[in-house]
Amino acid sequence: MTTQTVTPARSRLTPERESFWYLVHAEWTKFRTVRGWVIAVLVTIAAITAFVFVATSVSSSCVGTDGRPSACPAQLTGPGGVPVVDAFYFAHQPVAGNGAITAQVTSLAGQVEVGQAGTGAPQMGPGLQPWSKAGIIIKENTSQGSAYAALMVTGSNGVRMQWDYVNDTPGLTGRVSASSPRWLRLVRDGGTITGYDSADGTHWSLVGTATLPGLTSTVQAGLFAAGSLYDSRFCTYDSSFCTRATGVFRHIGLSWPATGWTGTNVGGSNSGVPEPGTLRRHAGEVTVASFGDIAPAAGSAYGGQGRSLQRALDGTFFGLIPLIVVAAMFITAEYRRGLIRVSLTAAPRRGRLLAAKAVVIGAVGFVAGLAAAALALAVGTPLLLRAGGLAWPVSLLTEARMIAGTGALLAVAAVLALAIGTIVRRSAPAVAIVIVVIVVPYLLAFHPGPQAPGSGPGGGGGWELQVTPAAALSVQQAVPQFHQLLATYSLDVGYYPLAPWAGLTVECAWAAAALALASYLLRRRDV
Amino acid sequence: MSLTARLAPPRYLLGQALHAEWTKFRTVAGQAWLLAGVVTLTVAVGAAAASAARCQSATCGLDPATVSFTGIYPGQAAAAVAGVLAIGNEYSTGLIRLSLTAMPRRLTWFFAKAAVLTGPVLTAAALAVAGAALAGRLILPGHGFTPAHGYASLTSATDFRADAGAVLYLTLIALLSLGLAAAVRDSAAAIGLVLGVLYLFPLAANVVSNPTLARHLDQIGPLPAGLDAQATIGVRGLPLTPWQGLGVVALWTAGALLLGALALRFRDA
Repeated sequence: MTTQTVTPARSRLTPERESFWYLVHAEWTKFRTVRGWVIAVLVTIAAITAFVFVATSVSSSCVGTDGRPSACPAQLTGPGGVPVVDAFYFAHQPVAGNGAITAQVTSLAGQVEVGQAGTGAPQMGPGLQPWSKAGIIIKENTSQGSAYAALMVTGSNGVRMQWDYVNDTPGLTGRVSASSPRWLRLVRDGGTITGYDSADGTHWSLVGTATLPGLTSTVQAGLFAAGSLYDSRFCTYDSSFCTRATGVFRHIGLSWPATGWTGTNVGGSNSGVPEPGTLRRHAGEVTVASFGDIAPAAGSAYGGQGRSLQRALDGTFFGLIPLIVVAAMFITAEYRRGLIRVSLTAAPRRGRLLAAKAVVIGAVGFVAGLAAAALALAVGTPLLLRAGGLAWPVSLLTEARMIAGTGALLAVAAVLALAIGTIVRRSAPAVAIVIVVIVVPYLLAFHPGPQAPGSGPGGGGGWELQVTPAAALSVQQAVPQFHQLLATYSLDVGYYPLAPWAGLTVECAWAAAALALASYLLRRRDV
Repeated sequence: MSLTARLAPPRYLLGQALHAEWTKFRTVAGQAWLLAGVVTLTVAVGAAAASAARCQSATCGLDPATVSFTGIYPGQAAAAVAGVLAIGNEYSTGLIRLSLTAMPRRLTWFFAKAAVLTGPVLTAAALAVAGAALAGRLILPGHGFTPAHGYASLTSATDFRADAGAVLYLTLIALLSLGLAAAVRDSAAAIGLVLGVLYLFPLAANVVSNPTLARHLDQIGPLPAGLDAQATIGVRGLPLTPWQGLGVVALWTAGALLLGALALRFRDA
């Protein structure tokens, strides 16, 4: 008699249960059904948005003559609403219509304040800043903040063409001297001004073309000099304008009918320059000497509250902490409850389980950051405008980068917390580690107080915001940095040492490394 | 003769509770690691900060004690985790029910917990601060912190006050964490709350532009107030005097412990 063997019924894995998205869906179900976690994510969004009301209470940080805080003078703005510095000596004459101005510069010298004798005039010694400048300029009028295009020789940056405060393009290199003079020419054609330079006055090369929209028919053309703004490397005595540049011009030619030079201190006596500029004519030479600068006002050169729109996102840390707690618990709670054994029985490929968790918590963090940043900017922009704290106009693209970047910053922080949670398997140490590596570097970057004198310009913060996950905060920077403005671009005025996406990449690298270690340990270890 | 009559009425002595809690504390490996972490982080980060600090002139305005004690920023997180886990471990494993059955006087039990935590944390904090101060004293004079720049001596009474302030600060933070963990019961939420309370006040003070508000934030936050207790120069310009600063931290700790005690006393475990 033969017995027929019966194969016991065995459930087969259906194709959809093999798929990764099935796991993601399972993890998402775990996440959304824990009420405390959902509340914590809502707290993340609410905290970032609510902090806007604290961060935008922009009050005066200026100091009056009596040493007490006082109202800041209104920030000077140039074309396009950018904050500018516009104080220099301008030897000019009115010109109408198209034409050209040409001049030969034979010398650029300077004096630097090396101390202050009593209460009198500052003591001067020879010296020049890299961006001390003298040259020819076509400016709409002599009032501060008006449109201009200028071609100049600089302390150590060669010939430069600059226009409308923020634009800068290089020409001939090398220092100017009597043996190697520089010829400069500006040609106006409607709203376009073209700059040419030459070493010998016969062979000209194009430096740059400036478009000045809405330039009036009659403009002021002439010579200028500006010592450039304060830089701690050059000034021992703390003043905004501590350098006087002296330019010597020869062979000045105007294609317009000449009406004689008028000397004007742009900005008048209230511009902060220690002494007014001077104009001297002697044996075919014209000498213009002046303190001051004609430049964008960014970094420490911006006297107001600075930091612009990114103030609205200052609450990010308040949102990060609840999110980090939730993200770490997303895995540590499984260890604590023993649920991890069930999860790994259901999904024996452990790396995929971790990946599914990372996708879910990363997406949650991204959406939370996106929503919070969009809300914060929507609420914060009108508040900042009203309080006068929105100095630098921010383009839509930058605003989109700030919002998406904040989402990414939170998403990557959440994934980092998940990975650390997997590695240490305990809630409290995991949460503490992630908070410390993200928050403490930022605090320490502020901590040493004012930057030590003599450190010169440079990015805000030190290594703390370059190598730690806190570097990702740079994605929120809204204020621009200018190579042609030597100022202190430090954290307290809103500058991070790394470029926006570079900072985020540093955080991503940490998260990726932690996730790789977590995945390795999860597969190798007993649960 | 009934069984109960033969048993002596239970006496819940503080001494027994202390002994029991001490046994728990010393047999859990995690706590020793965390206290080692307090020492390591405080000394290592402090030494790194001292190596990076430069004082070129008499007006550099850097406080050698503040520089040496930079490591307290991350170090206190380890102390906070130790404080949170002292209570949090009981809740996460369900041991709390057994503990409270054996010691029904909850406040006595809580007091014993706090007392047992204080001793080791105080020792670790003293080691950490001594190490950081020693590193500072060895490194800083070579980096411009010399008598010529106004740093006459690094072993004055002010410096001992700063050392004592830092030790007490770390201990108070561990106790603050213990109190909040008893109130919150969940380790992850408790540590998030503690580190939020510690780090968010100085962050907010850094970013608000209103100087009055920033000063008030520096006065009420436990971390900035504790930093005032560690200052040795420019004490007059600080938002709080050193002992006032330590007083603010103590108030926070007292508040957290009271909250924890009330929650423990009037709530189911």
